[in-house]
Amino acid sequence: MELLPDFRVATPVSIAAALAAGKRHPGGRFVAGGTDLMVNLRHGIGAPTALIDLRAIPELRGIASGTGGMSIGAAVTLAELAAHPAVAAHYPAVAAAAAAVGAPAHRAAGTVGGNLCLDTRCMFYNRSAWWREANSFCLKHEGDTCHVAPTGKRCHAAFSGDLAPALLVHDAAVEIAGPDGLRRQPLADLYAEDGAAHLRLAPGEFLVRVALPPDPWPSAYAKARARGAIDFPLAGVAVALRRDGDTVAGLRVALTGTNSRPFLLEGTAALLGAAVDAAWRDRLGKLVQKQVLPMRTTLLAAQYRRRVASALAQRLAGALGGAAD
Amino acid sequence: MSAARKRVRALRLNNRPVEVLAADNTLLLDTLRETLGQTGTKRGCDGGECGACTVLIDGTPRLACLTRTQECAGHHVETIEGLAENGRMSRLQRAFHERLGAQCGYCTPGMVMAAEGLLRHTPHPDEAEIRAALGGNICRCTGYVKIIEAVQDAAGTGAEAAP
Repeated sequence: MELLPDFRVATPVSIAAALAAGKRHPGGRFVAGGTDLMVNLRHGIGAPTALIDLRAIPELRGIASGTGGMSIGAAVTLAELAAHPAVAAHYPAVAAAAAAVGAPAHRAAGTVGGNLCLDTRCMFYNRSAWWREANSFCLKHEGDTCHVAPTGKRCHAAFSGDLAPALLVHDAAVEIAGPDGLRRQPLADLYAEDGAAHLRLAPGEFLVRVALPPDPWPSAYAKARARGAIDFPLAGVAVALRRDGDTVAGLRVALTGTNSRPFLLEGTAALLGAAVDAAWRDRLGKLVQKQVLPMRTTLLAAQYRRRVASALAQRLAGALGGAAD
Repeated sequence: MSAARKRVRALRLNNRPVEVLAADNTLLLDTLRETLGQTGTKRGCDGGECGACTVLIDGTPRLACLTRTQECAGHHVETIEGLAENGRMSRLQRAFHERLGAQCGYCTPGMVMAAEGLLRHTPHPDEAEIRAALGGNICRCTGYVKIIEAVQDAAGTGAEAAP
């Protein structure tokens, strides 16, 4: 590990002060728990001149719920989110995803905003500075070739946050603060399918809160990982499924760990109005297999991650859909 | 490290106020080991994956290799050095000793602090809770069974009383 770069830390106590700090330090980075950023900095990835710690800003804290749904501050820790009774009761995929991030010490420090803005990961990227240099660096940082797909034009590093798919199936929106004021947009629009530029945040912008609409559908989250106790997802799947009697009346499936962005599965409308049986699960599984794009970014084979994503989606939808078989 | 060092305000270490200087980019692990000479907290992977540097901050297990010292201003940091009382091992430390919960011993301070954090809010954990609480702590001697038995022994939930 390298020494940390020589940065200053600012700890603003208001959104306005954080935006001003962002303007004052154009080479700075916003940070909260730092459980991912600090490791990357120690690997010599990036050298911000300042870290702007957002955790002391009141608007980014706390979980509020009411008739309008639920509002979760970006600086809420993953441990707080996982332990919140109303989250577990109404948005179970969100609580399960928060509880599946890292180990207890990571969840005590890591935050909602940090997990949503997590850097993408790749076995050619999350390496020490000397390792990457010996390997001619890579497209994502300091190099010009993607070692995963050398003939391709883009970075294939995988988005590996657990929280995003769980929030996507609950139709979450995010509030973003920036130099032009506060804006609100669907969470799905925060992401782009490019491992080197997967976050659609302008310079100086940061997440303030996540909004979940009321009347959530039953949901669940599951992930496959190399180390069961603590690891990023090889593939992570969230499913929200609403039933009308024996048939599926609403279905949202979202994935992480397989692409450069977390995304909502398309084409689920074709699965509505039917009962969840083996043939239905098979169709869902094929839909997942078609849309995931795992590449050789982890030590485990891409084909395994494709199949495990499909299997997890079928298993979760089967349980939520009350499959008899 | 050329950044200016400044005092870490209202920092407490093992129930005592400490005066320490740290730059903005100084890590708690370095302050503990290099500045304060508290070498019980171990540097393992140095990247948040192994748990060897686990300490308690306000009673919650945290990784000293990912925590900036200045973040700890106004907070209470507890390390393995703070567990013994009047020179006698705590019940949890004694259980690790008696149940052979340490082999080479390198992961032990982190294991003990993670377990200490668990027992403070869950005094009688079941085995699943112990495994979850120690999930981020790696023992490369792979002595996990004895470690879990040690925590069960300290919590009084073991299969049998200590000999």
